[in-house]
Amino acid sequence: MTIVYEDLGDEAGTGASDVPVRRIKFTVNGDKKIAEVEPRLLLSHLIRRGLGLTGTHMGCDTTNCGACTVLVKGAGEAGEGRPVKSCTMLAVQVDGREITTVEGLATASELHPLQEGFKEEHGLQCGFCTPGMMMAAKALLDENPDPTEEDVRWALSGNLCRCTGYQNIVKSVLWAAAKLRAQAPATEDGSQP
Amino acid sequence: MTQALDEIKIGGLGASRKRVEDDRFIRGKGNYTDDITLPGMLHMEILRSPLAHARIKSIDASKAWEIPGVHLVLTGDMMATRNLAWMPTLSYDTQAVLATDKVRFQGQEVACVIADDPYIAKDACEAIDVDYEPLPVIVNPAQAVAEGAAVIRDDKENQADNVIYRWEVGDAAGTDRAFEQADVISKLKLHYPRSHPSPIECCGSIADFNRATSKLTVYMTTQAPHIIRAAVALVAELPEHMIRIISPDIGGGFGNKVPVYPGYVCSILASILLERPVKWIEDKTGNLISTGFARDIYLDGEMALRRDGKILGVRMRCDADHGAFFSDAQPSKFKIGLLHSAFAAYDIPVAHLQARGTYSNKAPGGVAYRCSFRVTEAMFFQERMVQAAADDLGMDQAEFRRMNFVRDEDFPHRTPFGFLLDSGQYRKCLDVGLKAVGYADFRQQQQEARARGRLLGLGISTMTEPLGAGNSREYDILGIKMFDSAELKVHMTGKAIVRTGARTQGQGHETTWAQIVSHELGIPAEDVVVEEGDTDTAPFGMGTYASRSTPVAGAAVAMVSRKIRAKARKLAAHLLEVSEEDVEWELGRFYVRSAPDRGVTIQECAMAAYSNMPDGMEPGLENTAYYDPPNLTWPFACYIVTVEVDPVTGVWDVLTTVAVDDCGVRINPMIVEGQIMGGLTEAYAMANMQFITFDAEGNCVGSNYMDYLLPTAWETPGFELHSEVVTPCPHHPIGAKGIGECAAVGGPAAFVNAVIDALSGTGVRNIDMPLLPDRVWEALTHHRDVSGAPPVRTDD
Repeated sequence: MTIVYEDLGDEAGTGASDVPVRRIKFTVNGDKKIAEVEPRLLLSHLIRRGLGLTGTHMGCDTTNCGACTVLVKGAGEAGEGRPVKSCTMLAVQVDGREITTVEGLATASELHPLQEGFKEEHGLQCGFCTPGMMMAAKALLDENPDPTEEDVRWALSGNLCRCTGYQNIVKSVLWAAAKLRAQAPATEDGSQP
Repeated sequence: MTQALDEIKIGGLGASRKRVEDDRFIRGKGNYTDDITLPGMLHMEILRSPLAHARIKSIDASKAWEIPGVHLVLTGDMMATRNLAWMPTLSYDTQAVLATDKVRFQGQEVACVIADDPYIAKDACEAIDVDYEPLPVIVNPAQAVAEGAAVIRDDKENQADNVIYRWEVGDAAGTDRAFEQADVISKLKLHYPRSHPSPIECCGSIADFNRATSKLTVYMTTQAPHIIRAAVALVAELPEHMIRIISPDIGGGFGNKVPVYPGYVCSILASILLERPVKWIEDKTGNLISTGFARDIYLDGEMALRRDGKILGVRMRCDADHGAFFSDAQPSKFKIGLLHSAFAAYDIPVAHLQARGTYSNKAPGGVAYRCSFRVTEAMFFQERMVQAAADDLGMDQAEFRRMNFVRDEDFPHRTPFGFLLDSGQYRKCLDVGLKAVGYADFRQQQQEARARGRLLGLGISTMTEPLGAGNSREYDILGIKMFDSAELKVHMTGKAIVRTGARTQGQGHETTWAQIVSHELGIPAEDVVVEEGDTDTAPFGMGTYASRSTPVAGAAVAMVSRKIRAKARKLAAHLLEVSEEDVEWELGRFYVRSAPDRGVTIQECAMAAYSNMPDGMEPGLENTAYYDPPNLTWPFACYIVTVEVDPVTGVWDVLTTVAVDDCGVRINPMIVEGQIMGGLTEAYAMANMQFITFDAEGNCVGSNYMDYLLPTAWETPGFELHSEVVTPCPHHPIGAKGIGECAAVGGPAAFVNAVIDALSGTGVRNIDMPLLPDRVWEALTHHRDVSGAPPVRTDD
């Protein structure tokens, strides 16, 4: 990796050297990464621009729309972590943590039931809010495998959708929950990983 | 005997086919404008005016230029030297690209910085020092026309006041006579507050000018790429064939992504000057305070009524606040859009409408937010007026509507404002809605609840709206006629690609256009790929807005499929060695009339088009169709909402929402229902919480999602949809009508009517939207109407 800086002719050397940089280590979708980032860099920008994972969208910059929701897991936390609006967290704050983005939902051969559910129940139109919706829904289902409609509506109340009117999004999540529950006994048997 | 194809199984007309586009979106593999990175790409940020009206005394950008990583700072003066400080609007006005003389609204574009990184560009914007001299601010039409009001557009010669236009339509004298004969005259005055379409994805562009080829490629969030290409050719004086506009995946449009915005123009100029790709991605505040708003209209009117309930005539007046530049995206013949579609569903002999548009120190760019050019305001006023009139007559809401509806047998029906309605079953829709909501029972419950101090209400909204501009005789934008197009290429193995001049933003064209091809040709939908949004490959079209995709581009898909079928018939005759007249068609297959077992499939015809065509026939199986609709399509809907209002707090909860939509033939029922639910949610939002207002200094209140409230899954009610009424459009090739907007257009009145109904007996006639709890409480407690934009707190 080579980084070429503009020679701006200032006495301190390169202009770029004036920018403070922090080195962080983190995991994204199971892959270990090291990054050098400005302390002010938003996590959403690290994900989108630094890692090239553009499935995490930015809609509002003010932590309202939830399109940038990802899961962040700290040391010792169970599951894949809590849903976080990545535009409201600094990249340096994920030092030592694990991030899951929408790109981490599916395996190479298989979609996550939430992804299937959103297609099956027409839970998306323009698709912009969808990754954030699915990540928030994943956090819900990790904690509560059998949610009511009201549980789903509450869990998704930090995510805005302009197209669907939410009814089909709720159905999509309930569809996924049902499928995950149906799959669960097989996992307990140890017959499937 | 060959088995006939099952159209639903192959994904044809009427199949609730799962969406093709979902496969990439659910994986996070969509490709929105901000997802695109080009080699050597720079980033642009816009410095916006903090003041609503001020003279620019000076701009000092020297500190911005000094910041490492800054490549260019653009100001109005620099734009002016290239004749780009101003640009024409879609409504024959001009709009500042970067301010030179004055700023005229808060958030107006003053300067741009292009830098290596968006953070650096933002830093540099903050380093620009602009010296402003504040001027008096105008935030509504009353102030705009007041004696001695400051002239906002002093840049325009011959503009001595703030009036943009005065426009009228209908029969003034005839309407006067109708009012002279009236037994009862019912009046209503209301304000439809300023709103913003606010797709979750903001606007943005990546301009990429290549000096070596002289070609400009622009990736941008546009609902109408071909219009943009024409506009860029005219504004930037570049040859049209050297401009390629690509509209990648769009994160919602709702009308917001139709106009040309200064950011697009600046990114293009910056790329030409720097010879590098320049990306501009707006932030949410920039989107809400500077791009196309909607509504902001003051309406008053009256209805002449006979005692038995017959409507004799209607008079309407409106004052529209267009902001600082008249840049509405609408057909050029109509100054106030299609506001005169009001009352179309009712059989009214005579009507008259007067409209006045004025400038103010507010953001410009009135767009049709999920509506065909002001039909939302038209239908809202209509249904609020109808409720008020029924109340004044002491008649039942449903009965009054039923009595005045255009009857099924009266189509085609000419409205007093000149529209020609094609078809409908209005009474039937109303009946289905009333039955679904349990009308008589609810009225009973309402009485009983009232006796116990509980306030229940029921609101009806019935509407028809003109969808699918053009025809080209009457509809154009800047002189470009409003038709649309489709190109279909059937490959030799029978697979196909279809391209149109429309651009999907969530409506699902990639799924539904294939279904139309499937219906017309019997090619399975999964064998048809759909491509839109690239002006170098798509046929010319006017884009997607005003629910015009299915009525116009969708019709073009059907028509081009029929052209293909006509050629395939010749190929079939050749393969079957019979004359063309002896060949019959059934879905997916031609056969010999006298021997039905002898046939060839459409796929075999496709192969023959490339491998075994008859002598003298042009090879290939490709064609293009341009479709100029004979008329608009007129879907009808009945929305019924029941609510309970808390008399202590003014909070209202939705109990049921019933929607009966007759949009003709449904290509994909699943997608149609998705559109209706989305529209209902925006209707609920406008009635309940969503509005933009301004304080006396012109500060925008509603500049972010903390102030501009959109409903979440928690607030949004559930919806009950009914699809049993189907009146095919008589002039559309597959009988379809527009649907995308209907619920957003007709829905708001149902919610408001329900709340007003809950307050019946208090003398409250109107509460203007949004029906915030404090406004409902005020009306209920003081027994008075609550009108106008909600007051906002000012610091003094």
